Amino acid sequence: MTYLAKSPWIIHYDATSCNGCDIEVLACLTPMYDVERFGVINTGNPKHADIFLITGSVNEQNIKVVENIYNQMPNPKVVVAIGICATSGGIFRECYNVLGGVDKVIPVDVYVPGCAARPEAIIDGVVKAIGVLEQKHTQMKKGAAVS
Amino acid sequence: MVSIMMGLLYLFLGPLFGGLVTGLDRRITARMQGRFGPPILQPFYDILKLFEKEQIVVRRSQNVYVYFYLLFIVFTGVLFFMGEDLLLVIFSLTLAAIFFVLAGYKGGSPFSIIGAERELLQMMAYEPMVLMMAVGMYMATKSFYVGDIVTSPMMPILLLPGMFIGVTYVLTIKLRKSPFDLSTSHHGHQELVKGITTEYSGPALALIEIAHLYEVPFIMGFVFLFFGSNWLLGFVACLAVYLLEILIDNTFARTKWQFMLVASWVVAAVFGFGNIIILSLLG
Repeated sequence: MTYLAKSPWIIHYDATSCNGCDIEVLACLTPMYDVERFGVINTGNPKHADIFLITGSVNEQNIKVVENIYNQMPNPKVVVAIGICATSGGIFRECYNVLGGVDKVIPVDVYVPGCAARPEAIIDGVVKAIGVLEQKHTQMKKGAAVS
Repeated sequence: MVSIMMGLLYLFLGPLFGGLVTGLDRRITARMQGRFGPPILQPFYDILKLFEKEQIVVRRSQNVYVYFYLLFIVFTGVLFFMGEDLLLVIFSLTLAAIFFVLAGYKGGSPFSIIGAERELLQMMAYEPMVLMMAVGMYMATKSFYVGDIVTSPMMPILLLPGMFIGVTYVLTIKLRKSPFDLSTSHHGHQELVKGITTEYSGPALALIEIAHLYEVPFIMGFVFLFFGSNWLLGFVACLAVYLLEILIDNTFARTKWQFMLVASWVVAAVFGFGNIIILSLLG
């Protein structure tokens, strides 16, 4: 086990969500669920973050923003798509300006469906993301050893 | 010999102590907010994690400033715990803070530059009070040396009660607590993203965090000095002041820099300078 598992810092971006999943992400940080007891911190700075929580589908307006946040995060990093809009586009899938799920723009590691996704499901997704994070870390170390 | 031992003890145990205090701080803060809070060792987990991350830099030279920041913070702390000159301690602390500010400017993003500016304003705010503390300590114990102050049989606080209030006030700035956490916002408040440290990631950020841990023991040491050779009372006072700082952190919203500057200078003038004047009139 690495220390990544003990202090996963998240960054949260609301792409085109209706705010439902958005509020549920923030609900995870409130006294009711208090994810800080697992060392989770909502950083608001991509350069400090390990896990990228993104809600809502991607549209033409925010492709650049999503890509920018993703590219600014230091490796190892994991993307969690939260809510049905982020996983597939949801009911907005057919809209003229919507591309679809987040995975159309950046690689997504964990999908958390739901409308809105429950805080329990989001925490579950983050726990899965920590597993992926550790895998990526071992890969990164192997890669560094080879090169 | 004792002073070298103290210096070495600080070098190795300083960050451990700082980390435990910060961990307890986060736990108590969480309890005050009705949350359970992270493990006590969380600050260490965070730092160890940051060493596992990739390091992204905007400019290759930017990390040099972080190294010097850490170096001078450690230097300041070692001087303090070796019982050296309090004036030198204060000015080398200023030098360390300047390197931190330069690190912010070097980041180049608008957030880190505003953070750096605010750090300078914070220094302007606390510096007069801290300098007057050194003068007051001299007036009370006839020595600028930390080693002499902590062994003086007379407790400086008896002559410097106003000074103690003033130092407690500016300690809020130095410990980066609300309402004066203007330069590197805490994680919850993000209007500055993360202030000075915005452009630092991975191991560089870990070094900044380590420097913050090194800062805690000697900042609390300033409180400790007020109790001279009565070390037990010193410890109790440190504990009480730190708990008070946590309470203030959780009950006040962040102020604007204008208020911070005026308020801390007024406090410095009334409690710090006032104390010096009264002392010189009586003495």
